[in-house]
Amino acid sequence: MDRLVLLVSTGVARGLVIALFALSLVIIWRAARIVNFAQAAMAVMAVYVAFAIEAATGSYLLALLAALVTGALLGVAVERGLMRHVAGRTPMPGMIVAIGLVMVLQSLLGILFGAKHRPMTPVLSESPLYVGGVPVLSRYDLFVLVVALVVVVGLGLLFNRSTLGLQLRASAVAPEVSRLLGVRVPRMVTIGWMLSSAVAALAVLLLVPTELGLNAHSGDVLFVHAFTVAVLGGLDSPAGALLGGVVVGVLVSLVTGYASAGLAPLAVLALLTTVLLVRPGGIFAAKEARTA
Amino acid sequence: MTGIDTRTRSIVLRAAGLTALALAATFALDPFRNYQLAVIAATFCATAGLTLLVGLTGQLSLGHAVLMAAGGYGYALVAGPAAEAGLPGAARFALGLLGAVVISGAVGGLLGLAGARLRGPYLAGLTLALVIALPALATQVPGLGKDQGLGVPFEGVPGLLAGVMVVEQWHAWIAIVVAAVAVTPLVVLRSGRAGLRMRAVHGDEVAARLAGVSPARVKVGAFVVSSVAAGLGGAVLAVVTQNVGPGRYSLAFSLLLLVAVVVGGLGSVGGAAVGAALVVLLPWFVDTLASGLPADLEQRLSGNLAVAVFGALLIAVTVAWPGGLATATAGLRGRAGRRLSRTPPAGGVPSGLPPSEPRPDPRPITER
Repeated sequence: MDRLVLLVSTGVARGLVIALFALSLVIIWRAARIVNFAQAAMAVMAVYVAFAIEAATGSYLLALLAALVTGALLGVAVERGLMRHVAGRTPMPGMIVAIGLVMVLQSLLGILFGAKHRPMTPVLSESPLYVGGVPVLSRYDLFVLVVALVVVVGLGLLFNRSTLGLQLRASAVAPEVSRLLGVRVPRMVTIGWMLSSAVAALAVLLLVPTELGLNAHSGDVLFVHAFTVAVLGGLDSPAGALLGGVVVGVLVSLVTGYASAGLAPLAVLALLTTVLLVRPGGIFAAKEARTA
Repeated sequence: MTGIDTRTRSIVLRAAGLTALALAATFALDPFRNYQLAVIAATFCATAGLTLLVGLTGQLSLGHAVLMAAGGYGYALVAGPAAEAGLPGAARFALGLLGAVVISGAVGGLLGLAGARLRGPYLAGLTLALVIALPALATQVPGLGKDQGLGVPFEGVPGLLAGVMVVEQWHAWIAIVVAAVAVTPLVVLRSGRAGLRMRAVHGDEVAARLAGVSPARVKVGAFVVSSVAAGLGGAVLAVVTQNVGPGRYSLAFSLLLLVAVVVGGLGSVGGAAVGAALVVLLPWFVDTLASGLPADLEQRLSGNLAVAVFGALLIAVTVAWPGGLATATAGLRGRAGRRLSRTPPAGGVPSGLPPSEPRPDPRPITER
């Protein structure tokens, strides 16, 4: 029982990181109708910068800020420098360019920093806290939980309660009409990329201390999990991303805890396949069929 | 009907000619070059299948490495016991290929069922998850030999040819013949009614349905055909390397297959051949160049530099030259053909994915 509580609560904390990353995929999908396959590689690059800042200054807060800023700048650079020049109405060219970007970024990181994992110590202790004698979360997990919730609520307020959020949503849904009404649609797309890659960088920064360490491929599994979440919830649904993230996080945690870590990727694949075959529209999607 | 027959016959004749040419060329190559040629031929099976799938039906698969692995495992699982039962080389090889076809076809059919319901990013994500899960699959499913993978029986040079060639050349022969058997049907399909249906579904599903074409059936069929070709490629690779394991079929390799078809030109089988040669030879070339450097630097560059070049190539081709090599050469061929004979170029029009064109395409489907 104790073990179950610990595994579930750890799963929720991990799940919120996955949810954050999935949310970044949702943001970019809603802003630009593209699945950014390069999201993980870009985020890992930003975390390398954060890592260097932390090593130089010793301040975790500065590292956090550096990850966010670098992530946002990378988003702008990729959108302005690359994605804007991809022609076509189908999503395929954009996806292919993003895949090319993954290859370039990951291999550059590999050349610059080598293949070994750089360990990153968590800012707070990782030993579990006890509630009524039952081990629950570690301090670090609690920190992750709080940060993730703050970001999710903040994004919700931004998108649903602010003028900028209204403009972002409008230009994603009806670009031509928005332009007629005076919304600067290209700028909104750029802002969408900024937000999205900053959130992704934050998610990877929160994840790395709980894993082996920082490496060019640190974000790969997170991306696959987040993508699974996006399929579960639908790329259009932020609430679906949040809930799906927690579901996948708990599933991975339970399978790792009760069976073996090797089975976790298979469990995620099985979940993904089941949802696709039984309910291809995603659990939260309103439409019957997905149209990309 | 005679039109179709003559077209099929001309394709088969051309394939036979190219195969004979490739077989003859192996005599001019040293053993290592022949080994590379065999790997290229195996990769060509997969890229030809992938280019058909992506270019004609618009289904982006990032998981063709897994389908190759499925073929390799299928071969090993059948050929290994057959060798223990004492079957002679040819029968064992044929049974192994059958195993490869069955397993890769089954995996491809399942993916195709999912693919018929999903589009663009969702299918790409599913296939990506599959590639990432392959090492776990290989270690967790009993009988797949964990990380080391499975051994594959050695196919030596048969007695008749033993005086003429070494084993590398024989393996190149096997690879070339299997590639011809795998790819020729794809070309026949592509130029015939099935190819037309695929293009119709890719162009506009609703219109295709109104014309009596079932998009789901076409998509699943395309996926199965493409998977079987990739599976045969995987079987050949298993024979040539005498092993099949998860290490070779990483995400990086899967993405290389995509690079090959994009650079070669989506939908073009000739482009897929050029792309296959490129993704096999360029990493080797880069590694050879880097081998003179200090050990630490060489270790960092090895693998990474080639991937960086391929990534840049992928971006550059998609942004600047969306048709790939095939469009460029087809354009030249088309112009030259018109100048010479004033007849429209036959089959020279590149198919699939015209990303820069506005969508309501005024040409009738038959002309695309």
